[in-house]
Amino acid sequence: MSAARGSLARRRALLAYALVAPASVLILLIYIGPIIAVIFASLTDYTLVRDGFSFVGLENYTAMFADEAFANALRNTVIYAAFFLPGAFFISLFLALAIQSRKKFRSVLEVLFFLPVTSTLAAMALVWAALMDSRQGVINNTLTSFGLEPVNFLGDPGFVLAALAAISLWSIIGFNMVLFLAGLTAIPRNLYDAAAIDGADHPVDRFFRVTWPMLAPTSVFVAVTTSITAFKLFDTVAVLTKGGPARSSEVFLYLTFLEGFEYFNMGYAAALSVFFLGLIFVFALIQTLLSDRRINS
Amino acid sequence: MARLSLQGIRKSFARTEILKGITLDVEDGEFISLVGASGCGKSTLLRIIAGLEHPDEGSVSIDGKPVDEASPKARNVAMVFQDYALYPHMTVAQNMAMPLIMGRLPMRARLPGMRLLTPGFAPLRREIATQVETVARQLRIDHLLERKPAQLSGGQRQRVALGRALVRNPHLFLMDEPLSNLDAKLRVQVRQEIVELHQNTGLTFVYVTHDQVEAMTMSNRVALLQEGRLLQVGTPDDLYSDPDSLSVARFIGSPEINVLPAQARAGGFEVGDQFIPVPHQLELGSDLFLAVRPEGVMVAGAGPRDGRQMVTLAVTRTGMEDLGGEIILHTAVKGLPGIDLRARLQKEAGGVDLDLRNLPLDLNLSFSPRSCRLFAASGARIRAGAERAASLPTSLESVG
Repeated sequence: MSAARGSLARRRALLAYALVAPASVLILLIYIGPIIAVIFASLTDYTLVRDGFSFVGLENYTAMFADEAFANALRNTVIYAAFFLPGAFFISLFLALAIQSRKKFRSVLEVLFFLPVTSTLAAMALVWAALMDSRQGVINNTLTSFGLEPVNFLGDPGFVLAALAAISLWSIIGFNMVLFLAGLTAIPRNLYDAAAIDGADHPVDRFFRVTWPMLAPTSVFVAVTTSITAFKLFDTVAVLTKGGPARSSEVFLYLTFLEGFEYFNMGYAAALSVFFLGLIFVFALIQTLLSDRRINS
Repeated sequence: MARLSLQGIRKSFARTEILKGITLDVEDGEFISLVGASGCGKSTLLRIIAGLEHPDEGSVSIDGKPVDEASPKARNVAMVFQDYALYPHMTVAQNMAMPLIMGRLPMRARLPGMRLLTPGFAPLRREIATQVETVARQLRIDHLLERKPAQLSGGQRQRVALGRALVRNPHLFLMDEPLSNLDAKLRVQVRQEIVELHQNTGLTFVYVTHDQVEAMTMSNRVALLQEGRLLQVGTPDDLYSDPDSLSVARFIGSPEINVLPAQARAGGFEVGDQFIPVPHQLELGSDLFLAVRPEGVMVAGAGPRDGRQMVTLAVTRTGMEDLGGEIILHTAVKGLPGIDLRARLQKEAGGVDLDLRNLPLDLNLSFSPRSCRLFAASGARIRAGAERAASLPTSLESVG
């Protein structure tokens, strides 16, 4: 009897392993494999211009922390994020709150704000370049018509990160807004009714007593994904500034690209990628911990 | 403590008229139930009283003062929602303190993180906490104050919702089907507790329910709504014994009232093949409906005779529900196709030597015309005499 049951259990276990095998193999191949390969490459002096490679231990990492270009890229990324993150979060939240209660135009406005998300950023970057042109750009024409000095948005080291942040904002706000709208829609209506009965009918009270706390899981998600997006800035830099002027827009991912595909230092680029991976992992961890805490509380 | 007055309330949602002119006065300290099938507009009416919805026409007054422009806060109403609407991110104590914090603390002390920056309000905050604890003790939820709603059972959540409504001194206490999410046993218990709450507080209660048993057992008066109109307002006994229309008679009472077709004849009416004399002024030959409660129906010859003519119908037994103390007998009336006659028979009825378990398949059921109510084909009640006076007994024979 028990032997038969044992073999049944074994057969079930085998079937279970057989069923998860295809997915497991794909996950290993597509996600885990490349990560291991990059970590492996970061411990070598592999370049694209020479056959063969040798292990160099942690040399790439020590070089990285001594590298002025790395510090510069990190600083540029943080400055860019400081422009980008608050806007990407609060402008989206504000738009979502403003649109949410509209009955007639909500869907129209949703589509309008979401349109940039659907466009190809590399192509739209060229449009922005034309708009921001220091001489014939529409923005500068507008500025000078008000008697202001023209600004070389993409050519001035003091402005370029802010200008890139503005373009990124334009492209992400619609997406974050839709996330916030989904979060707002999920708040039960009757909580606002209860709040009105309890005397919280002032918009400020409604926001801080109901909307903001109920929106917390969405906010954490938006904050974390937007932070990751900030560190992934690449295409507008590649298309518009190539890291210039004077490396003032050379952000982290662009530096990695330069090291790997322009200077062919694949080992070093791999080390940069691993650092980037660690950074993203920290953000993902924060989000997981925060959302777990919400569920448990 | 307050009187509530509704004048000609009308409300439509997207061209569908939900409320078609509701006029209702509720006395100070009264417990009134708004009862009706789902979709009859009772919840909308409650929300209009609360100030959460605004009527298209008509006016709401509290203590004689129109409050149509007033917010729920200004109306000072407390409300318990069907699914309780507790704030999931707040503890029980914070949930219950909400109306007090909103009512007593100024904005600068209410904003998040202002507790430490406004030490001047610490005594007021302590007072609020004490008040919350007092109410929590009354409701026996003081051991749950630090929990969040997700960690509570349905009954506990219900109490928190009651507590949140009770911590302040509202003019009106509004309840929107507060028991519908509880299991049957708890429902009976909480029903009793709400009645006690009403007696202890003396507040004016407006209670919305689709369950006529709740409405009948809890309230001083019941207002029956159907399709946006008030069918009848009266004491539970008024609605049960003296319904204004067939709809009211059918809605109130379980099992449902029996309705038999009848024809008006000179000096009385005919049901089945029997002529029953009544003193009513009936239009000759018109179709009537005769309604009799299941407890008024008995097995022919077995009931106590009152010496008057009984209506007796030959029926075929179609089903029996044994409820323990009583039996609900379902029968089909012979010669009246499609007409069910239900009888509620007491097992321990005095002087009945009848074996209810072994009733024959074919039998005769009878009822006294005294226990009948007569309705016109339109469903309107036909009463003896022209005028309707609520104090008059209006069963058929007692007037004649």
